[in-house]
Amino acid sequence: MTAVLETRALDKRFGGLHVTRGVSLQLNAGDRLALIGPNGAGKTTFVNLVSGVLAPSAGQVMLAGEDVTRRTQAQRVRAGLARTFQITTLAPHLPVQRQVELALFEREGLTGRAWRSIDAYPLLAAEARALLGDFGLAAHAGLATERLAYGEQRLVEMALAIALRPRVLLLDEPMAGVPQGEGARLLAALAALPADLAVLIIEHDMDLVFRFARRIVVLAEGAVLADGTPDQIRRDPMVRAAYLGA
Amino acid sequence: MNAVTGSAAARCAPAWRAPLIVLAVGLVAWWVLPDQLGLVTRLAVTALLVLSLDLVVGIAGLATLGHAALFGAGAYAAGTFALRMHPDPLLGLAVGVGAGALLALASGAFLLRYSGFTFLMLTVAVAQIVLSLAQKGRDWTGGDDGLTGFTMAPLLGRFAFDMEGRTAALYAIAVLAAGLYLARRVVDSPFGLAVRGIHENRARMAALGTPVFARLLAMYTVAGALAGAAGALSAQTNAIVGMDSLSFALSAELLVMLILGGAGRLTGALIGALVFTLLHHTAASINPYHWLFIVGAALMVVVLLPPQKAWNWLRARMGATT
Repeated sequence: MTAVLETRALDKRFGGLHVTRGVSLQLNAGDRLALIGPNGAGKTTFVNLVSGVLAPSAGQVMLAGEDVTRRTQAQRVRAGLARTFQITTLAPHLPVQRQVELALFEREGLTGRAWRSIDAYPLLAAEARALLGDFGLAAHAGLATERLAYGEQRLVEMALAIALRPRVLLLDEPMAGVPQGEGARLLAALAALPADLAVLIIEHDMDLVFRFARRIVVLAEGAVLADGTPDQIRRDPMVRAAYLGA
Repeated sequence: MNAVTGSAAARCAPAWRAPLIVLAVGLVAWWVLPDQLGLVTRLAVTALLVLSLDLVVGIAGLATLGHAALFGAGAYAAGTFALRMHPDPLLGLAVGVGAGALLALASGAFLLRYSGFTFLMLTVAVAQIVLSLAQKGRDWTGGDDGLTGFTMAPLLGRFAFDMEGRTAALYAIAVLAAGLYLARRVVDSPFGLAVRGIHENRARMAALGTPVFARLLAMYTVAGALAGAAGALSAQTNAIVGMDSLSFALSAELLVMLILGGAGRLTGALIGALVFTLLHHTAASINPYHWLFIVGAALMVVVLLPPQKAWNWLRARMGATT
């Protein structure tokens, strides 16, 4: 079976700084992979390399067997790759519903259409409403996104990614900055992600990581330190020394 | 109700509504101000130009100080077309639209690779280059004397451009209404929504798969077409195109008008053009040297006073207790 996402010896240097060192990873449909590591290990850089925000210094990114290393971010999205951001990255003044509709327009290749009103796509509007319902955001559909609680904005990020119907989803610290009380809804949303979706999650909350992931990759100083099941990682003495600190 | 519960996004207003109001107001003005038809025409042309600027500044979020270049391109193209090829106004209008769009497409392909302050400075540079080209090309543009000597054929072959400017005013009002309709449709389309999304957050739109550069270039080209239309209207109704139509001062004034009326809502562009032009007209006749004081004061009030605060103050003055 071809991996839906594969990186081959991915490398990134910023001047003299070597932040990603030959990272090779494979992600198959249905995978739940957590990428962990201390701050500065190069986790977000890895996501930026895969999603096309940054160009690698060397190595390749393959989506479903196709080399997308030279493709733009937009082209990778169309090839089935979606991501969320560590720091909430949304259009603050657009109503939540419009924001989700925008993701749907993009998925359907409609944002080049410049004449028909956005109100004239009732099927997509209904899909957006249903999606917001799935994420428990139906009551806020008409609100400007910035008026939502932070945890809810994290949910909107995830809803936008899911709206694109990706094959691979990269979640960059979905729980970062979410107050205690709002975490449960995010956990539920994570648990409800489509079963055949390949998910790579970066997260510092180890509770969440060991509950959600079926496989964990530990990154340290830009290189893969360990790769295994949660149990293997928990027992790995190197990982314990370098990161888990137990 | 929706605003309270937040359970549904507000629908877009029908695209024909604002243009219909503009048409009605314009016709009333045309009817009751037969001595001021020159002013009415100028208002319509300016409103169309500020409207096109709103697509760039308010909708796409790109602050520009080079918008006069697109206007001037349309004006010189339409004037030259009338002088050397054909006097038909609608053909000339199409030529102006094409010239504005073409310059926007060509310059945008370069400009839109940058954003923020770099973009702003480069728009100034592009406009200055266009201006100096026009000064060099005296044989075509008439240089500092302006492009003159062309007369327009009757509109639709029937309505001659008369001395009182009756035809010109109606023509300008009609083109403004059509331009507003076009802008409304474009802004409320999936394309327009994507451009508004880019304005608010480029990284978000790129993550949704939006080809950011291509969308911005398309919007810039639409704005160029509308600015070109305004330029053609100006050339045809004044029968002269001057260097001032390419000037930095015009670009800056347009931006002032847009901020005065409120950017990003299209109607704000019309209100800003109206207020500024009327202020100019009346204040300049009262005190020709100091009328800009009034414009400056109005601009300060608009920029520094948040609308909510102004509204609360007004309510308090009207006797509301809360």
